[in-house]
Amino acid sequence: MKQARMKWIMVVFALGAIMTLGACKKKVAPPPPPPPPPPAAPTASLSANPNTIDKGQSSTLTWETTNATDISIDGIGAVQPSGSQQVTPTDSATYHLTAKGAGGTQEATARVTVNQPPAPPPQTSSSDQELFSQNVKDIYFDYDKYDVRPDQQAAIQADAQFLAQHSTINFTIEGHCDERGSTEYNLALGDNRANAVKNALVQAGVTVSRIKTISYGKEKPFCTQSNEQCWQQNRRGHLVYGQQ
Amino acid sequence: MNSLYFHRARFTLPSTFLEFLQQRFVGACRSRLTLLWFVLVLALPIFAQQDWIRTGTGLGVEKVRIAVPDFKAASTVPQSPDLLKTFNDTLFSDLDNAGIFDVVSKSFYPLQTPGQPTEVNSSAWSSAPVNAAMLAFGNLGVNGNSVTVQGWLFDMKNVSQPQVLGKQYQDTASSDAVRLIAHKFADEIIYRLGGGVQGIAETKISFVSTRSGRKEVWGMDYDGNNQHQITHLGTTSLSPKISPDGSRIAFSALSKTGWDIKMYSTDLNRLVTFPHYAGTNLSPAWSPDGLKLAFSSSRSGDPDIYVVDASGTGEAKRLTMTPGPDVSPVWNPKTGAQIAFVSGRTGLPQIYSMEADGTNVQRLTDQGYAVSPAWSPNGQFLAFAWIRAYGPGEPGSSDIYLMDVVSKQWVQLTHDGGRNDFPSWSPDSRHIVFQSNRSGGLQLWTMLADGSKQTQLTNTGTNTQPNWSWK
Repeated sequence: MKQARMKWIMVVFALGAIMTLGACKKKVAPPPPPPPPPPAAPTASLSANPNTIDKGQSSTLTWETTNATDISIDGIGAVQPSGSQQVTPTDSATYHLTAKGAGGTQEATARVTVNQPPAPPPQTSSSDQELFSQNVKDIYFDYDKYDVRPDQQAAIQADAQFLAQHSTINFTIEGHCDERGSTEYNLALGDNRANAVKNALVQAGVTVSRIKTISYGKEKPFCTQSNEQCWQQNRRGHLVYGQQ
Repeated sequence: MNSLYFHRARFTLPSTFLEFLQQRFVGACRSRLTLLWFVLVLALPIFAQQDWIRTGTGLGVEKVRIAVPDFKAASTVPQSPDLLKTFNDTLFSDLDNAGIFDVVSKSFYPLQTPGQPTEVNSSAWSSAPVNAAMLAFGNLGVNGNSVTVQGWLFDMKNVSQPQVLGKQYQDTASSDAVRLIAHKFADEIIYRLGGGVQGIAETKISFVSTRSGRKEVWGMDYDGNNQHQITHLGTTSLSPKISPDGSRIAFSALSKTGWDIKMYSTDLNRLVTFPHYAGTNLSPAWSPDGLKLAFSSSRSGDPDIYVVDASGTGEAKRLTMTPGPDVSPVWNPKTGAQIAFVSGRTGLPQIYSMEADGTNVQRLTDQGYAVSPAWSPNGQFLAFAWIRAYGPGEPGSSDIYLMDVVSKQWVQLTHDGGRNDFPSWSPDSRHIVFQSNRSGGLQLWTMLADGSKQTQLTNTGTNTQPNWSWK
């Protein structure tokens, strides 16, 4: 009798379980309670003024954040939520601000460009040479003449001024002629031209020992066409850095 | 008188004469009287301008008519034909170039040509069409490494004793040696028939050539054969001048410090010492005794003419003092007492002369652009390059002119032939070598001193500044 009672209980339990499980599908779950409002995301801005400086100068970084509790700038460290600070970078730098708050993390960057001064030249002499060729003007002559004509006086004065400012430079004056006329006479004429430029520079204050002269006559023309434009190019006192 | 007479008016009158005729003839036609008057007036200047120049070298007198049949082969070895041709070409060209012969064209010659005196058929050569006054003939034989040339010169007018010259030459069997033999035989003929003036067939010409890539001094035989490089400086070498004895060549070369006078020994085949002077040193010139050099130097800051011992020892003496380029001196080779030179002291370069000590400076040219004087060996003439009408817009053609030093009368030798410059005289005063660009690039040319027979000598590279040896 006892066994039959147990069997009955088990059936009831089983039916009860089936009924319970079957009822679950049909039931609608109640809506969850609304979550608390999330904390506001932080905002951040960073600017540099001026953003381009010369080396040695400083720039002002200005930043503003909201909703942040933990604010730092790389290279500077923790900072106030808003503020400004002077920076003096030696090289161009990008400043990186990180603002952390309950609502997340926000970043901002600002770049300060540092103009480097021109690199010092490896040798002073090559700079002299460059300056010489950039600044010193050749002196042009009239056809079959060797006197320095009036319109070339300005070039003489400019050359003398440059040479006074660079008093260690020694140089050579080459006398050139156009292709017309005879080889020997042109070499002599070229010599007169080189010496005419030399004398004009000496008169303008250049020390004579700094000047070497040489004549190339028509042996080394700058221009090889047979027209007046080309010939004028070839009738000149050509100033060359150094004394080879 | 063995002289060439030529006339200034021959070159300058025809154009003006024609222009004058064209302008006046129409008006003159109105009356016969006026026409007659003009003809008379026009005729006068022709006779008034009889300013003769003569070279005194036998150029231009009646030329000796000479026949030069090919020498005959005296052997049958393989190299004979080539050597024989070289010899025959050289001999014919030497006599043709001499300027004193009327060389009969070979097409007129009889079929039988002599190789020996016994083979000469006098009547065949002395009658038409040959009509030769002189006959040069002979033979050439090759035996092993040696060549033998026999040559004769016969006077066809002298029937009983026709032989003027009989020579025999022996040398190694090479084309150079054969050319030299031909030059020697030609010079013997020229000496005997040319009024006792030595021939030039053995002379040399030095010059500047760019063939190696740089301007270097080169040399060649007078007829353009045997062109060879002399200096190898690798810079720019200019203005070579052969010494009177032929043993040295003075020239100007560019170095790092400027232009220096350099001295090359043709005996040692190398440069020999010559002092370095400051400034631009150009255009050396030998005194006829070979003891002194005149040259242009700018050591004072202005190019002037200086004279120094040719050995380079001693102080250089300054001859000119005037500001402006002074360059291109040349001694009177006859006297050694005067120097002609170029100066730009009044502007455009002109030819001047002075005593060898620098006194008595005289201007010889009156206008234009006059450079490159060359004094004739007989002392009478200056050849020089002249652009008579020089200036912007002018054609600027440079021609070779001849000036009688005493009278300052001149004649033009080249005409409308590009730029001609740097004349140099042959030792017999009959020829002039010069540079010209008439054929395109600058090349060397020769001509007779009357401007005839202009012949190109060089073809390769750019060739300039020829200088003829003194002997």
